Amino acid sequence: MNYLNTLLFGYYPYIALSAFLLGSLFRYRTDQSTWRSGSSQFLRKRQLRAGSNLFHAGILTLLAGHTIGLLTPPDIYHLLGLSTSAKQLLAVIVGGAAGTLCFAGLVILLWRRLTDARIRATSSRMDIAVLVLLLVQLVLGLMTIPVSLGHLDGAQMLLLSEWAQRIVTFRSGAADLVLGVHWLFKAHLLVGITLVAAFPFSRLVHVFSAPVGYAWRAYQIVRRRQ
Amino acid sequence: MKVRAQIAMVLNLDKCIGCHTCSVTCKRVWTSRKGVEYAWFNNVETKPGTGFPRDWENQKRWKGGWVRDAKGNLTPAMGGKAKVLSRIFANPDMPEIDDYYEPFDYDYGKLQDSPERKAVPTARPHSAITGERMEKIEGGPNWEDDLGGEFAKRAEDANFQGIEKEIYSQFENTFMMHLPRLCEHCLNPTCVAVCPSGAIYKREEDGIVLIDQDKCRGWRMCVSGCPYKKIYYNWQTGKSEKCIMCYPRVEAGMPTLCAESCVGRIRYMGVMLYDADRIKEAAATEQEKDLYEAQLGIFLDPFDESVIEAARKEGIPESWLEAARNSPVYKMAVEWKIALPLHPEYRTLPMIWYIPPLSPIQAAWENGQIEDGDSIPDVRSLRIPIKYLANLFTSGSEEPVALALERMLAMRVYMRGLTVDKTTNTAVLAKVGLTEKLVKLMYRYLAIASYEDRFVIPASHREYANSMLASLEPGGGCPLSGGGCSLSGQKSGQQEPKLVQITFNGKKK
Repeated sequence: MNYLNTLLFGYYPYIALSAFLLGSLFRYRTDQSTWRSGSSQFLRKRQLRAGSNLFHAGILTLLAGHTIGLLTPPDIYHLLGLSTSAKQLLAVIVGGAAGTLCFAGLVILLWRRLTDARIRATSSRMDIAVLVLLLVQLVLGLMTIPVSLGHLDGAQMLLLSEWAQRIVTFRSGAADLVLGVHWLFKAHLLVGITLVAAFPFSRLVHVFSAPVGYAWRAYQIVRRRQ
Repeated sequence: MKVRAQIAMVLNLDKCIGCHTCSVTCKRVWTSRKGVEYAWFNNVETKPGTGFPRDWENQKRWKGGWVRDAKGNLTPAMGGKAKVLSRIFANPDMPEIDDYYEPFDYDYGKLQDSPERKAVPTARPHSAITGERMEKIEGGPNWEDDLGGEFAKRAEDANFQGIEKEIYSQFENTFMMHLPRLCEHCLNPTCVAVCPSGAIYKREEDGIVLIDQDKCRGWRMCVSGCPYKKIYYNWQTGKSEKCIMCYPRVEAGMPTLCAESCVGRIRYMGVMLYDADRIKEAAATEQEKDLYEAQLGIFLDPFDESVIEAARKEGIPESWLEAARNSPVYKMAVEWKIALPLHPEYRTLPMIWYIPPLSPIQAAWENGQIEDGDSIPDVRSLRIPIKYLANLFTSGSEEPVALALERMLAMRVYMRGLTVDKTTNTAVLAKVGLTEKLVKLMYRYLAIASYEDRFVIPASHREYANSMLASLEPGGGCPLSGGGCSLSGQKSGQQEPKLVQITFNGKKK
């Protein structure tokens, strides 16, 4: 059991992160032609506006929340006057709200992708797999909320964030930390790591191209021949 | 003053017969692929009609082009940058494929595989997206061809604004014209401005607007940003595509496919010089009606020494300056003022211009109430209402359209006198501000329309750069300056002998 735990939570994250980094770099260098958001709005407007907006609003909040929440060392948020249990409550509230939005959007998008003949015919297996993975991950995440509400001291949260911090800072002992956490958290971690691994091989790469620079650039672009 | 050169086009609608040859040659070469079956970089519309995609001119619906605020600033009609970004997950202004048409093909195989039976086998249509049977085809790229469909639908044409359109539903008063459309390669393109990835750009050397397929991320803002709806989302690749002005041909000094293949010889291509520093000022002109004049105002006179000097400083080659002086587009748009832009009120400063079509004179003239054959008829008695043409070409301002039509009519009257009645009717010319010399030149360009006069396209910088490099190599005898490096005389230009046949001055070597 301990062996499997180390494999899944000690080594698998690094395999996934390697695939994520190298895969993304390789695809960016060699396959720009498929690097796009893959929007299906043009084929069917119906349901997309609600589905896509809800999903993106939710998932971006969740992504930011998880990144900040997991990677901020306790000393720093204590310094800001946030106790561990208060932080857990904050995570549950923000995560719950964003998760609900995201869930509604994701269900609409998946339903649309599976039932609309046009969208179905133009979907790759990966397009569907990514949506299913995200939905499973989201449901697991939402299911952890009652578990968290059972221990308001934030102890499990501390373990999980310590695990994440050790993983990204290449410190040993990460896997042992999560040995005893609730199985729902473990499942949530596993699907999450799998999503990271699948990222460069799916349309998710468009996240990297989020056009934030647009806000600052001039309207017109004139290119001079090299 | 910042001089820039642009390859522009004029279409003489007076001669367009709506044969779609331009569309077909274009399609065969550029868009006969999955994902863009529905896309027509060049299409021909019958006007009045709602066009392709349906209702494209209705900017209240699609929010294409620019709007000017009270302070005189321009913003895309879709909204500023924050608004554009906020709509990246779902663009509410974007048309759906059904606004164009669902691409289809026919089961041609059924015709060959059918066993012998009583009924004739049929090739039924199926969707090119899903492959499913289509019981009924609901639309196509030329759905309103030659006034197809009922008047009520066609009457939704945005150009009927300010016209009592009901009388045109009667057969006796009906009118029609053809309008071939392609990307306008605007001086102030909205597609470029709303592209979040910065993938769309205008080429400095010839003004061609292109989408960098490696940078496009499929955010699809350009589709709604372009007021002419000339950017097409490829639903297969998830990236946008548009007319490329056949740049591989243009770079080699050849006209675009649509222009080359035009059986009516209605298309003209040439260089225009303009002042890039004044784009903003012209596009932000307060009154929509003045936009046509404002755009004319930023074109530069290629014969003016100071312009030539400034152009040289910008690195514009001599061959381009020479081409600008021989440009048929400059003659028609600026000197003769018979070519007009399409919908200047979108404030994009479009560069595909149109000579408005003449049409039969209405009943009064035919009944002999106007019997003067030596003077030109009132353009307001033409079958196509002048207000309609003004709504298309000059944001509703009728005078420029009237002048263009009068000049065309005067040319006809004068030439008819010259060739049929053996008279020289200079009086008719004076009325419209033309001279005999000018009108004969107009006749040469519009009626004879030889290949050399229609297409004055200098080979591009790229060729020029190559020739400069060639001169540095042993055996490459091209001088660095002077631009007299004709391609056919150039040793490094031998690899593509077919492409060098036509040079900028049109003389085949």
